[in-house]
Amino acid sequence: MSRAGWVALAAALLGFPLVGGEYYINLASQIFIAAIFAASLNLLVGYGGLPSLGHASWLGLAAYISAWMSLKLGLAHWATAPLALLATTLVGCAFGWVSLRATGLGFLMLTLALSQVLWGTAYRWVSVTDGDNGLRGLTRPTPFGISLDDAASFYYFALAITAVAVWLMAVFVASPFGVALRGTRDQARRMSALGHDVWLIRWITFVYAAFWGAVSGLLFVYYNKYIHPASLSITASAEGLLAVIAGGSATLAGPIVGAVIVMILKNYVSGFIERWNMLLGFVFVFIVIFMPEGVVPGVRRLFGRGMRAWRSRR
Amino acid sequence: MTEALSLSGIDALYGESHVLHQVSFNLNAGRVLALLGRNGAGKTTCMSTIIGFLPPRAGEIRLFGEAIGKLSPETISRKGVGFVPQGRRIFPSLTVQENLAVSRQKRKGVAMPWTLERVIELFPRMKNRLQQLAGSLSGGEQQMLAIGRALMGNPRVLLMDEPSEGLAPLIVAEVGRTLLRLKQEGQSIVLVEQNIKLALGLADEVVILNTGRVAFSGSAGQVRSDQALITQHLGVF
Repeated sequence: MSRAGWVALAAALLGFPLVGGEYYINLASQIFIAAIFAASLNLLVGYGGLPSLGHASWLGLAAYISAWMSLKLGLAHWATAPLALLATTLVGCAFGWVSLRATGLGFLMLTLALSQVLWGTAYRWVSVTDGDNGLRGLTRPTPFGISLDDAASFYYFALAITAVAVWLMAVFVASPFGVALRGTRDQARRMSALGHDVWLIRWITFVYAAFWGAVSGLLFVYYNKYIHPASLSITASAEGLLAVIAGGSATLAGPIVGAVIVMILKNYVSGFIERWNMLLGFVFVFIVIFMPEGVVPGVRRLFGRGMRAWRSRR
Repeated sequence: MTEALSLSGIDALYGESHVLHQVSFNLNAGRVLALLGRNGAGKTTCMSTIIGFLPPRAGEIRLFGEAIGKLSPETISRKGVGFVPQGRRIFPSLTVQENLAVSRQKRKGVAMPWTLERVIELFPRMKNRLQQLAGSLSGGEQQMLAIGRALMGNPRVLLMDEPSEGLAPLIVAEVGRTLLRLKQEGQSIVLVEQNIKLALGLADEVVILNTGRVAFSGSAGQVRSDQALITQHLGVF
């Protein structure tokens, strides 16, 4: 994107709460959370070629740990946030160690199975998680004494975290390590013949993705002030995967655009039609048929073709 | 003379099928050894065994005296075995520069380490293609990239599996010139080739495999002058 494009995007994002209504500002905050979630999943799916169906584990786990520590231990946000991130990342280390026994479909099933364990635990371990009632009565943090209880201030908070998250993930992908990661996706055996420890590269990526999934989980629980086992469900993981594939995997903008599509359908359209899931399905089928590579690369391709046709006609 | 790579009594099996039987040969430092044989003779399997993809069931592989037969592929690579695979196998979705950068390995005691600049000097046509996706290169360019990629690891022994396969005659000649230059710079090379003319032109030693066994082992001069040997083990020249 050109410099002018970046400035315009920044201005639009910063100015949005001044013109948008509260409903739309809140929707945008939720999109930011979904964008971090999808972008972190994309590290595995797009850049690592490792389709995970258990990424909701990280969102849910971080949210539950943070909520539990503030409700049951009475800890403040400055303590719960780093502890929740740390604990979730450590679980990510262990889950990655188990899941990466396999790749492809085996990896997908292992990530799904492990996340189902967490989901089942959240439902059944009532003394800790309050089961189907979820953990409620939570608060938002007050960074530097600023209350995040109104829509606009939470929007800016989420925007700042999202900008940092996306930037750090972009740095990760562009680094020599990111190149090696893409190499393991293209030709895993070749990477080992070139002296790379393929398993270690994948494991580090898994843990990094889990960390950013946990960050989105903290934002999620701050936004909703509530956490329910549904956030750990296969539906939540699948929504993230859908956003990545619909937007365009292995691109930086793809998962963000995918998150926009999924969240708008989920929140906005569901106000008009009850079966929003059906519409999401139709949209997904449409994207897969006409832009199998995803919306972002697809639009780029169609735009390029249109420009060429227009030029040749002149 | 230092032994760069030695195989002694290597047995290798794919599941139950016995592919390599008691294969032994030595490559001296700075020399080129051509590994020849018909299709299915076990040449590629021999390469896979050396780089650790197919660990030998019996026998010993030594790199400058150090046993490497039981190590993982990445460790063997880090010890200094470079590999140019058959069919090139570059990373199609990485740029040419990324393909080279990802393969870089530092090695102590190398007088002239390989760098991006030196690879470009070896293959000048790569210079304008650095930012291009490697998948969009022509077959010949991909082969050069595969060789450059192996060199970036500063290998002590370079294994090449049919570098001339499927290339136009002009490109084959260019690959041949590159190999000659590497040889003159003192690179130890094991060369697997179907193009016998190219292989015999470069090699110091020749090992001929037949159905997984060493059928001949001797100097390249011997093979060049023995038409009967070539016809018997390699088919038509």
